[in-house]
Amino acid sequence: MSIAFKKETFRDDFTFRNSPAAIRRFPFPFAEDSYMYSVNIEPHVPGKTGSVFEHPIDVDEHYVSEMEDRAKVLAEDPLRCQALPHMMTAQWDLLELLMECKSKSYPDIFTLTRNGDKWHWVNKALGIDDKFTFGDTSTLPYEPMEYITRQSQGDFAILDQRDNNLWMDAGMVTTQADWSLDFDIGMNFFEWHGPVPLAHQMGVFERALKFMLNLQHGQPVRRFNWTMTINPRLDTSPENYHKWGPDRTTVTPENVGGKVHLRVELQSFFRLPRSNAIVFPIRCYLISMQELVTIPKWGRRFHRVLKNLHPELADYKGLTRYRPTVVEWLSQYDDGAPTSPGWDPE
Amino acid sequence: MSKNVEHPVEVAAITPVADTVKRFHLVSVDGKPLPYFSGGSHVVVTMRGTDAAGAPVVYRNPYSLMSSPNDPGHYEISVLRVLDSRGGSHFMHDRVKVGDRLILSNPVNLFPVNGTGRKHIFVAGGIGITPFMAMMDGLASVGGNFELHYGFRSRSHGAYWRELQERYGANRVNLYCEGEGQMIDVDHLLEHQPLGTNLYICGPAAMIAFFTDKARLAGWPEENIHSEQFLAPPSGKPFLVRLQKSKIEFMVGEHQSILEAIEAHNIDANFLCRGGACGQCETSVCSADGEIQHNDHYLTDDDRQSGKKIMICVSRFKGGELVLDL
Amino acid sequence: MLVSGIKSRPEYHGLTIDPYAKRRLFVLGGEGALALLEKPELKDAHFRAKAEILYVPQGSDHAATLRAVGTAGYWEAPTIPTLLVRLQVILSTAHMGLRLYAAGTEGFIGQVMQVGADAGINFNSIRTEHRGSLARRVSCVHCKGITENVTTSPAVCSHCGLTLLVRDHYSRRIGAFQGVCINAEVPAEIPPVEELFK
Repeated sequence: MSIAFKKETFRDDFTFRNSPAAIRRFPFPFAEDSYMYSVNIEPHVPGKTGSVFEHPIDVDEHYVSEMEDRAKVLAEDPLRCQALPHMMTAQWDLLELLMECKSKSYPDIFTLTRNGDKWHWVNKALGIDDKFTFGDTSTLPYEPMEYITRQSQGDFAILDQRDNNLWMDAGMVTTQADWSLDFDIGMNFFEWHGPVPLAHQMGVFERALKFMLNLQHGQPVRRFNWTMTINPRLDTSPENYHKWGPDRTTVTPENVGGKVHLRVELQSFFRLPRSNAIVFPIRCYLISMQELVTIPKWGRRFHRVLKNLHPELADYKGLTRYRPTVVEWLSQYDDGAPTSPGWDPE
Repeated sequence: MSKNVEHPVEVAAITPVADTVKRFHLVSVDGKPLPYFSGGSHVVVTMRGTDAAGAPVVYRNPYSLMSSPNDPGHYEISVLRVLDSRGGSHFMHDRVKVGDRLILSNPVNLFPVNGTGRKHIFVAGGIGITPFMAMMDGLASVGGNFELHYGFRSRSHGAYWRELQERYGANRVNLYCEGEGQMIDVDHLLEHQPLGTNLYICGPAAMIAFFTDKARLAGWPEENIHSEQFLAPPSGKPFLVRLQKSKIEFMVGEHQSILEAIEAHNIDANFLCRGGACGQCETSVCSADGEIQHNDHYLTDDDRQSGKKIMICVSRFKGGELVLDL
Repeated sequence: MLVSGIKSRPEYHGLTIDPYAKRRLFVLGGEGALALLEKPELKDAHFRAKAEILYVPQGSDHAATLRAVGTAGYWEAPTIPTLLVRLQVILSTAHMGLRLYAAGTEGFIGQVMQVGADAGINFNSIRTEHRGSLARRVSCVHCKGITENVTTSPAVCSHCGLTLLVRDHYSRRIGAFQGVCINAEVPAEIPPVEELFK
């Protein structure tokens, strides 16, 4: 297969590491030396070969291990995958989207054969070979959203469009940065964004919603979000906060390099045709500080971004406790030289 | 440049279905399936031809998709030959032949079925039946609870009534032929519906207003009342428009929208729904020597008052010159 | 996680009377009785003839006054769960044209709205007014248990015993505010208990 899948863990012994190629393609989200919210939406069109934007749904070297971690999360807590009853058509729409995207982008790993409503799906990476009837849930081992998202990196939220608003009425959420699907399912756009500080006053959500309501089929968009995680843990859910929260107190000047990670979410938005819903994939990328500073520009820039970050934002992103230690550690990689605009390595 | 996805289609069949209604059966030109869509969606059909003098002419009209949402092999639309046509419906009726090519936009849905509704009552007047045909097909395939109340002038004017009764049964398809004196008993219809029933109305403006009022007066909350009106952009006195970037100025005609006038000068502008609802055609105003008449449903009150934005698919202008950033 | 001043808490706009409703169902708890008793429309006999009341006194003394109003129906429940059972049965056979009104504490309103939603009523159609204490129902994000009548933050989850920060983030579906473990990072670091929701 074209990708060399790694065998690594995102819990316990945390053996996750990025290969040099994965570091170079990492979606470093800062185009300049400071950060504030914006509706930074752009068309989700194919980008540079080898980059995370090359394909509409990105599959990388961490795929197999991430799917194993997802399966563990779900075994411990099935409430991470839920769909309200009226979302079944949207679930099938999502299954079609992910199967089509992956089989077109990675034909040596995924194949999809469609014969009317008789479909045949092969996933070589996970050793899956299933025949099923599109539209008939009883021909699959799980409901369609759960079935296909157990084979897709990142979280997925499906948003029903009605009453001039978007409603988070289905989702698979096991790699989230600290929000609960079980609590948020059924909320509308403003409600589930309620906890985000500052952005409400800026009118960010009004503009974003208006844009989303008019999202066209065939014209997906994307944006980035970021936070930080101690240890390369994917499951930083509120449900398990009492398990991973203490990690935040374990950062020392000596272990920043290996322990502290930048966590970037590549969020995309696709209009789904049969249900008119919108699917919101949230793809999570992790990079440790010591991996990050191997790209000199990123070392300089991230030091500056983190140092000058608005305290309310830092608080909301959960960075407050260890920010000073990390800023101090990063300062050794910032010689004050200018950085070029855009996020590509120099 | 409009950046919409476009689908070239070929007219595979044209069927007269009523006195002034023709059904067009459209198939993809490149053999690839057309996109699936949700019931209530419409496509914008681009028609290119020549006028009497041989000059090229473009018409763009939105039409509801009435074919089954689950069948991407073809799309079907119905076109009513409108009396004061702006050109599009006459073109479709009089000039388009089997084998001709048209361009379709991606389907856009501004009139969806409420997925959380327990029961759906569709009230159609005349050509307003078209979106409901796709909606009912979609609901039938998932065992949804719906009924149709369809009013038309005469049996020969009413499109598809026979087909609908055969398919869904007389229990679910209630017909009201005006010419035969059949009238809908609205009060009776609205009186004993279970909680969670949604009412959808599509037809002429007066009909929509009538049913909406009846439902409100029967104590139905507005959240459960939905309507779609097939609006041509409003007409008005001609006015002068100048495009700052394109360095061109022209009059917008009485029965022509700003968007149509721009397109008639072979300039591409962004658009999507062409009905003032979606925001794609929002254009910046450089200067306005007069009053902008906002006819859209998209801009906020602040936007309108600022005078700096205009939705060119439906809005008009009264005064000296309107200068746009195009 | 530790930020609590957030904007997703619900708003209660008052029991604005719908003049066209064919049937008006007032579901009231405790001091919520006053929300109806203060309505000038009560003087109109036609209004009263289309109005029904479901009431749980919860220790307040408005029952006699409410009963004496003379609405088309008045039924008194001893507790919230028993009132909700009654409400669910009424709504199961009700028709479009019924307008639902709820007044009382947030927890009471939230539970009434859940029954309304299950019966197919769009939540925007339900008119609500907050009366009485600000005590909250709190959903523990860890064990999913709901703790009633929470007046402090932090508060202890009555199911799993974790100490929870009571956030303003509210779920209509669950009918409660979110509670998240407040001392996960350093167990000994518990902010002082403040009586915030009385």
